[in-house]
Amino acid sequence: MIDVDPTAAAVAAAVADAHRSEWAFVLAATVRVTCDLDLAEECVQDAYARALDTWGTAGIPARPGAWLTTVARRRALDLLRRDATARRALPLLVTDPALAPRPDAAADELAGPELAGPEPGGSVPVQLADPAVADDRLRLVFTCCHPALATDAQVALSLRLLCGLSTAEVARAFLVSEAAMAARITRAKKKIAAARIPYRVPPRAELPARVDAVLTVVHLMFSTGYAAPTGEELMRDDLAERSLDLARMLRVLLPGHGEAAGLLALILLTDARRGARVDEAGRLVLLADQDRARWDPAKINEGVALVREALGQGAPGRFAVMAAIAAVHDEAPRFGDTDWPQIVGLYDLLMRRWPSPVVALNRAVAVGFADGPAEGLAALDALAASPELAGYGYLSASRAEFLRGLGRTGEARLAYEEALLLTGNAVERGFLAARLDQLGS
Amino acid sequence: MSQYLILIYADEAQWANATPGETAQLTKEHAEFGQRHADVIRGGNALQPSPTATSVRPDAGGSFAVTDGPFAETKEALGGYYLVEAADLDQALAIAREVPMRFGGVEVRPIWEVM
Repeated sequence: MIDVDPTAAAVAAAVADAHRSEWAFVLAATVRVTCDLDLAEECVQDAYARALDTWGTAGIPARPGAWLTTVARRRALDLLRRDATARRALPLLVTDPALAPRPDAAADELAGPELAGPEPGGSVPVQLADPAVADDRLRLVFTCCHPALATDAQVALSLRLLCGLSTAEVARAFLVSEAAMAARITRAKKKIAAARIPYRVPPRAELPARVDAVLTVVHLMFSTGYAAPTGEELMRDDLAERSLDLARMLRVLLPGHGEAAGLLALILLTDARRGARVDEAGRLVLLADQDRARWDPAKINEGVALVREALGQGAPGRFAVMAAIAAVHDEAPRFGDTDWPQIVGLYDLLMRRWPSPVVALNRAVAVGFADGPAEGLAALDALAASPELAGYGYLSASRAEFLRGLGRTGEARLAYEEALLLTGNAVERGFLAARLDQLGS
Repeated sequence: MSQYLILIYADEAQWANATPGETAQLTKEHAEFGQRHADVIRGGNALQPSPTATSVRPDAGGSFAVTDGPFAETKEALGGYYLVEAADLDQALAIAREVPMRFGGVEVRPIWEVM
């Protein structure tokens, strides 16, 4: 249905919605015409601007993504024709031969009857019968998350190209200056062009490792948003929300992939607690003290169903196991009901297959809740020699909690003080300082 | 098609301590690599160890400073290279993964193409 003569507010909302849900789709389809990321971005931005101008009079199209794609690709073709010689000098993205830039062929593809009118999508819904479009998004995903790019560049490019965030927004999410973020993104795009990082879904043999790299980028994005390493706020909701969007998109693009389901489940089950993690004053609330009525039951239900699916597919991957741990927490009505032995068992599984110092730390904390603070402290102290955990504030903070539980106040004080020195996030620092206060003198 | 330079970096101390058997094995592996990728290899050589290197830099007086040793001292030194032809970075990396590199690793650099 076409909403004829919508209000300005309805148009703005529709454009914002299309920006959130269709950006990657529109950009990926446009890159296919331009074989140039910058030009494609320019044309897609232009298409969104035109949507704001024209949807008010022409109506909101039934398929906004298709409308925007048509407009962006048309703009790209105009620009390509206008200065074909200037653009020929630029290195183009390497893509499959079938997708090589052929402006004329692409023009044929677009010259369907739906484009007969002066304004595309004016009153007739635009049809883009293009079976390869879904794959275009995957091409964009694999290009953004290519292992030849630095991890921080992969995250920045994903936010910019897959989520459509502006450079200023990406910079804000990572608390760096806009100039620094612009330089980072430009450097990555230059490398894509100069080193010829292909705009392509990798061959079957490389796919498992490459999909894992993509999921890791989205997980890193979520972790950064969920427990911001520095800054005034505990969480950066924009990052957490965008990573949830991306995880949903990957789940659609990689149907039947256990780890894509596992990652989406992990994000949902962790993010479900967002509303309870800080109190009204913005102070950190530990899992033990959270008001579980404020957890999001819809996210928990969706996540639990996904965990079941991910675990049901042969040997579970690491995200599925991490999601299972989150599910055990989420399904406990009260903190005291938490099935800690099961959590320890799941961490044991993680340690066997994907050992890491942080997993070891989380396992030690779980041991403390399953078997008592003395056991937990012993497990933590066994990790103290690990060089990767030297300078990791959560280790000191966890030791402090168990020492406090054991009534070893002096040692607890030292451990809290150490954690404070190692923690950059203002909300976490506030929590540690309050704990230190409660110990008395 | 584009060209990439695959720079082979290796720990020279390990290389110096290699047994004749290990040296022969590595030579054989390079010969096999060369045969397997003969259609894309455009050049390649092993280099003498870095102590044989001489560096040249312009100095403040408008002349040149000639110094003994490689341009930058690193634990793993440039020990050889291949110049290969590949459609894109993924293909170049697939070739690079097959370069014998037991004492170090390789760096893949796109050649700057002059149009």
